[in-house]
Amino acid sequence: MGHPDGMTADAVIVGAGIVGAACAAELAARGMQVDVIDARGIGGGATAAGMGHIVVMNDSPAEFALSRYSRDLWLELAPQLRARDAFARCGTLWVAADDEEYAAARAMHDAFASQGVHAQLLDATALRACEPALAPSMAGGLRIEHDSIVYAPTAAEWLLTQSPHAARIRVRLDSEVTKVDAQQATLASGERVSAAHVIVANGIAATRLVPSAPLQPKKGHLLITDRYPRMIQHQLLELGYIKSAHHAVGTSVAFNAQPRPTGQLLIGSSRQFDTTDPAVEMPVLAQMLQRAARYLPALPTLNGIRAWTGFRAASPDGLPLIGRADDTVAGVWVAIGHEGLGVTTSLATAKILAAQITQTDSGIPVEPYLPARFTQGVCHA
Amino acid sequence: MTAHYDIVIAGAGPAGLSAARAAAGQGARVALLDDNPRAGGQVWRQGPAHPPKAPLRDLLAELDAHPDITLLSTSRVIASLPGRGLLVESAERGGFSVTWERLILTTGARERLLPFSGWTLPGVTGAGGLQALIKGGTPVHGERIVIAGSGPLLMASLATARDAGAHVVAVVEQASTAAVARFAASLVATPSKAWQAMQLTRGFTGLRYWTNSIVREARGAGRVEEVVIRRGAARDVILACDRVACGYGLVPNVTLAQSLGCVLAGSGAIAVDDAQCTSVDGVFAAGECTGIGGMELARVEGEIAGLVASGAQQQANALRAQRARWQRFAARVEKGFALSDPARAMPSDNTLLCRCEDVTVGEVCVHPTWRDAKLHTRCGMGACQGRICGAAAQTYFGWDAAQPRPPFSPAQIGTLMTAACADAPAQAD
Amino acid sequence: MRSAGTSGRVRITIDGETMEMAAGTTVAAALAIAGGPATRTSVSGQPRAPLCGMGVCQECRVTIDGRAHALACQTLCRDGQIIQTTGPR
Repeated sequence: MGHPDGMTADAVIVGAGIVGAACAAELAARGMQVDVIDARGIGGGATAAGMGHIVVMNDSPAEFALSRYSRDLWLELAPQLRARDAFARCGTLWVAADDEEYAAARAMHDAFASQGVHAQLLDATALRACEPALAPSMAGGLRIEHDSIVYAPTAAEWLLTQSPHAARIRVRLDSEVTKVDAQQATLASGERVSAAHVIVANGIAATRLVPSAPLQPKKGHLLITDRYPRMIQHQLLELGYIKSAHHAVGTSVAFNAQPRPTGQLLIGSSRQFDTTDPAVEMPVLAQMLQRAARYLPALPTLNGIRAWTGFRAASPDGLPLIGRADDTVAGVWVAIGHEGLGVTTSLATAKILAAQITQTDSGIPVEPYLPARFTQGVCHA
Repeated sequence: MTAHYDIVIAGAGPAGLSAARAAAGQGARVALLDDNPRAGGQVWRQGPAHPPKAPLRDLLAELDAHPDITLLSTSRVIASLPGRGLLVESAERGGFSVTWERLILTTGARERLLPFSGWTLPGVTGAGGLQALIKGGTPVHGERIVIAGSGPLLMASLATARDAGAHVVAVVEQASTAAVARFAASLVATPSKAWQAMQLTRGFTGLRYWTNSIVREARGAGRVEEVVIRRGAARDVILACDRVACGYGLVPNVTLAQSLGCVLAGSGAIAVDDAQCTSVDGVFAAGECTGIGGMELARVEGEIAGLVASGAQQQANALRAQRARWQRFAARVEKGFALSDPARAMPSDNTLLCRCEDVTVGEVCVHPTWRDAKLHTRCGMGACQGRICGAAAQTYFGWDAAQPRPPFSPAQIGTLMTAACADAPAQAD
Repeated sequence: MRSAGTSGRVRITIDGETMEMAAGTTVAAALAIAGGPATRTSVSGQPRAPLCGMGVCQECRVTIDGRAHALACQTLCRDGQIIQTTGPR
């Protein structure tokens, strides 16, 4: 195990979260020797804070293309994962609280179907049969049966240490990178790590290494309950999520609930732009839970055992930055700005990044994700 | 529903009860929160066969007669709220909040329960844990019990068990014979404690009191049937028994204090000054949560905190000598029963470390930090919020617990929902 | 709910069986009196019983009056209470 010359890798990746790990596994699969460096441990940042939901999202064609491609990659990968990675194809159920949202569900169904993504429209009766715990007043929903969930911290560890070509990956933890240049990453200790390609994939902290990266932290709260097996079957999302989540300024909440394989319920979600304080804010948590209780009336009687926060790295157009950090500097790449879709799009991000590094076909068009779009003023919707 | 008080006291053990009486005596409007159904904390725990005796009985009568003291039992503090507030969950009243001008933390301590092979078998409890269960009405008449671990608490547990008709087979103390003997001799400085020790151990002929000894393993099919004791360096003895009550001293309860930003001392207890003030303005602390020292120290610290919090600093000064005396006793207890290397030794890899999530010592020990272990093995992700396994991890690996987050113990989501305030964030519609 | 009848005893039901307890008895004690050593099954299927006796360890979780994960050691028996355990039958 380890690199043949013991010293220089072909690529050094900053960040051992799900995106960095996916990139490492992909580059290793293409024959590269890869160093992965993280300031702390594997999968301990946003990777640990999120829900691990693998979901096809349709806010924009580019988002749809990336999430759909990546979900397919996860479904292909799943049989290789372990019990501890807790992969489950539980599906997503988009819940319509009223007729307007039901119309949106229908439109979403048609959009998905036209792209070959299986979606099932459920009226109120079918919805109640599918998820009896939902409030009886719900108007209906849309079931996306191939959406899945995974426990991202250990999935990141699998990618780095157990994936088929993991022998080409060397992981260094508790080592902070303070500077990246062409072909070199400098650690806090002063040590320099060289590689033909330097890839920044460390989430919101990327702005310290790439100051031009237009990322903003978007705080989110989550709460997990004690075990209540079989209370819900699908990841549940309110259709209002799309309306509120990406477009509100200030603080907003939206209903999001996941059945963990342990039988616990993971409840979200909230969004705040105005803070970098990681403390759990009781008024926000309370508002989030009040919202959720409207969809799951049994929720108030369940025990919440743990709450936490995380910071999503949001880009101005809601799409990640995957490509050359700066077109004038060779060899420095970024894979950042995944906001709430880091786990979903990690595998496709790796493909798109690797394609650009090796100048091969990327599977889907890369233009919408190129960092250059922010410097050139070009927008892809 | 929010009620405002001059002074809120968290914990109705000796420290909290003393603080409440002292504060109310100065005219303060006091709320006393306690998570148990009946006040008294651990050392003064009440039960069907354990009615309150003096001094608890007298304290309770005084508090009951006082119109400005509100005792809220079965009430747990779940979170702190903006604006000097506390979110509380009561088994009877559901979620509610209180606000305070001054807060006195008298949250006590819990036992340090260190794993050993078989410790998850029904019949294995803490030493203080057994006391609590017996006082709650658990019958032990005729049962063979081995009490183990460390500290004077083992003697109290012994007495409770014997009074309830159990046959205590042995008391297994990890401290050395010399350390225990020195401690026993030092009781001359605190005659009331010497008297108490005699009372607790009266009629004890035939009892095995083994020093320099630890529990290695509990065995049985579905419940405890025998226990393996390691005596000294290498001799193992097997004792047939129905219960093993094992606790290695006490750990201060500091979750609420930490979440409020109170600085902790090196020992892990809440740091306080001479006036029982914490590092946070308006927040006081007293009793075991400021350092393990026993009931008498807790009472005088609580009284000082209650007096200072209600503006009677002068009266509090008069109690300093008494407090100092019990602090010296506390130091002698700490010294006498400090955990030896065998007591702190990690058990075998296949011993469970996290009981909530069934994670073994072997799975956890390969990780460099508490957080890493938690994320990758689930250790500490269960309902006890890492309290039981965390104390063990601290002992074996030196890992400190992370900054606590609300809820401070499992709480109904309905309770958490009551913390929403007037200027609420935008909702999806 | 009343906490005790005039006799100082309360009637509770544990796993379908009705019995009387002295008023002021904890549910944890009632479970011990009722017999089976284990009141909870751990996530890997092991039998468990109360450990700390003071509301910290969460081993004593049982369903009380329909609410799951209630702490037996910190709950007093009340007349008409219905308790369900997850220990082996």
